[in-house]
Amino acid sequence: MSTVLILVDSVGGKVSKATAELATFGKKIGDVVAVICSSDAAALLPQLANLSIDRTLSCTGVDFEKHSTGATASALAAVIAKESPSAVLIASTARGKEIAGRLAVKCESGVITDAIDLDADLIATQSVFGGSTTVHSTVTHGTPIITIRGNAIEATSGSATPAHEDFAVTYDGLDKAKVLSLAPAVKGGRPELTEASIVVSGGKGTDGNFAPVEAFADSLGAAVGASRAATDAGWYPHSHQVGQTGKTVSPQLYVAAGISGAIQHRAGMQTSKTIVAINKDPEAPIFDVADFGVVGDLFAVLPQASDGVIAKKG
Amino acid sequence: MKIAVCIKQVPDSWAQKTMGPDGRLDRASVDAVLNDLDEYAIESALALVEGNSPTGESGEGSGHTITVISMGPDRASEALRKALSMGVDDAILISDDALAGTDALATSKVLAKVISDGGFDMVICGTESTDARMSVIPAMLAERLNFAQLTFAGSVAVDGNSVKISRQTEFGVEEMSAEFPVVVSVVEKINEPRYPSFKGIMASKKKPLITKNLADISIAASDVGTSAAWSSVKDSLPRPPRGAGIKIVDDGTGGNQLVAFLAERKLV
Ligand SMILES: Cc1cc2nc3c(=O)[nH]c(=O)nc-3n(C[C@H](O)[C@H](O)[C@H](O)COP(=O)(O)OP(=O)(O)OC[C@H]3O[C@@H](n4cnc5c(N)ncnc54)[C@H](O)[C@@H]3O)c2cc1C
Ligand SMILES: Nc1ncnc2c1ncn2[C@@H]1O[C@H](COP(=O)(O)O)[C@@H](O)[C@H]1O
Repeated sequence: MSTVLILVDSVGGKVSKATAELATFGKKIGDVVAVICSSDAAALLPQLANLSIDRTLSCTGVDFEKHSTGATASALAAVIAKESPSAVLIASTARGKEIAGRLAVKCESGVITDAIDLDADLIATQSVFGGSTTVHSTVTHGTPIITIRGNAIEATSGSATPAHEDFAVTYDGLDKAKVLSLAPAVKGGRPELTEASIVVSGGKGTDGNFAPVEAFADSLGAAVGASRAATDAGWYPHSHQVGQTGKTVSPQLYVAAGISGAIQHRAGMQTSKTIVAINKDPEAPIFDVADFGVVGDLFAVLPQASDGVIAKKG
Repeated sequence: MKIAVCIKQVPDSWAQKTMGPDGRLDRASVDAVLNDLDEYAIESALALVEGNSPTGESGEGSGHTITVISMGPDRASEALRKALSMGVDDAILISDDALAGTDALATSKVLAKVISDGGFDMVICGTESTDARMSVIPAMLAERLNFAQLTFAGSVAVDGNSVKISRQTEFGVEEMSAEFPVVVSVVEKINEPRYPSFKGIMASKKKPLITKNLADISIAASDVGTSAAWSSVKDSLPRPPRGAGIKIVDDGTGGNQLVAFLAERKLV
């Protein structure tokens, strides 16, 4: 049976949903070894139970949080040398893609980023050019390194207590970049933007009033996103920006309220399964990608929809 | 300080992009522009030099120079000219027929070679090219060059040999620092790129723009191009257009109709 490495993705001591999804993809290919490169290993380990993971492995001896992605890539290269896996799967976050890039150079291996599907033969599916084209590709050299977008698969469960080992790694500090300080992201009560199965975003059309957007999001248990026009105006934190230079989201449902649908915005949400748009302007380009569009005032439509959802849930 | 800025010419973001029969982006049929995310990298370099030079200018005499580097077809020189007219000092284009179909790994190899030959203290990149959208070149350059990596910077400051950035990541807001040599990538919130002035455009005509081929930088043609790519496209298909969506005009029941649609799709 072949082995697949997945890099455990976590924020603030919490294993992300992406990790369970990576494990599920990995299981299609072989036995899944979850690699932890974090000083929070002790806190992360119990959270890896009951996922599609056969073994866990913590890289020890390096303060991963203090360095940029070079330290993690170096540790993963050591694990590859030890396990000779048939592939390495990494979450397609900004950080994950950097690790993948460095690892590919280090291990002389091909890399594919932003896969939205992966089959047992390691054929990756990508959605390119703003979602207008679907590409199938494979790695043809070295150990395939593939980063996979969130929400691309329904996570399955597995072993309650995967076997664990610690694996000592060294890091020659080649990467001299140091983290001087970190102000942790403030966690709201809502789901994480990139993990949420529903995202409700507001744009310039909110005119700075996100209350109806947040209320609709809460009725659905959704995360809140924003267009760049809204984050630039200071109406919503930059960390919630969806788009080319913000986050890429791919939820079951994406709702764009008061967002025109500029190409840079669409680049970050176009692979969402179902897209809903609410916009006063019937010509807004967002309607071109919407499965359901309401030409109307978001201040009327959203509150009515929130009430409707709450009524439905009883 | 000696700064290199890596820039790419890309198809216009608004253009309809299609794949050619060879599984590569059909570049001939679309307008090419300077990757807009690289304009922020150029502006950052200019601002750093202006802030650190007594005369507020770069070039000979100030002790600071900015070189823009691009790997691409001959017409990528247009993007380099634009950077020259914004105020950078000189430009290098790596162009060679053998480069067609080069993947990110080999691109980083070519750029790294030019950078190490040039002896730069600092490399500044954009965060992603709007066509490939991989966002991996800066990290690959740091790995190949053995430079410190300071990516996704929302602010950059240089003090002597030391570079400090702040950035927003999944973890929160981080402050990072490193000594030269460094690779920095900058996000689009960092500044407002300047427009080339008339004076800048005139001056740019006299600035050096050197074109090199692979032999000039001692890279073997067999190390680049389609045949050396470590991943390959099996097939590419235009995605079937989203089934014509439903569009309603709110008549006072728009919110309710929306909920009915969500219920039908089992989303509530
Ligand atoms: C380098 C670069 C990177 C970028 N990156 C991103 C990115 O990551 N993400 C991003 O989003 N953008 C990005 N942009 C910006 C993008 O080009 C657009 O400017 C931006 O997305 C517009 O935001 P918007 O749709 O909220 O505003 P607008 O385009 O102003 O649209 C507002 C919409 O709201 C509608 N409206 C107004 N009032 C109401 C109402 N009461 N009810 C309903 N509808 C109403 C209007 O009809 C209009 O369609 C980037 C741009 C550049 C140059
Ligand atoms: N062919 C190229 N020539 C010069 N710089 C490039 C090239 N490709 C990418 N870059 C740089 O690397 C950054 C990230 O690109 P990418 O990894 O392709 O998304 C860009 O913003 C550029 O600064």
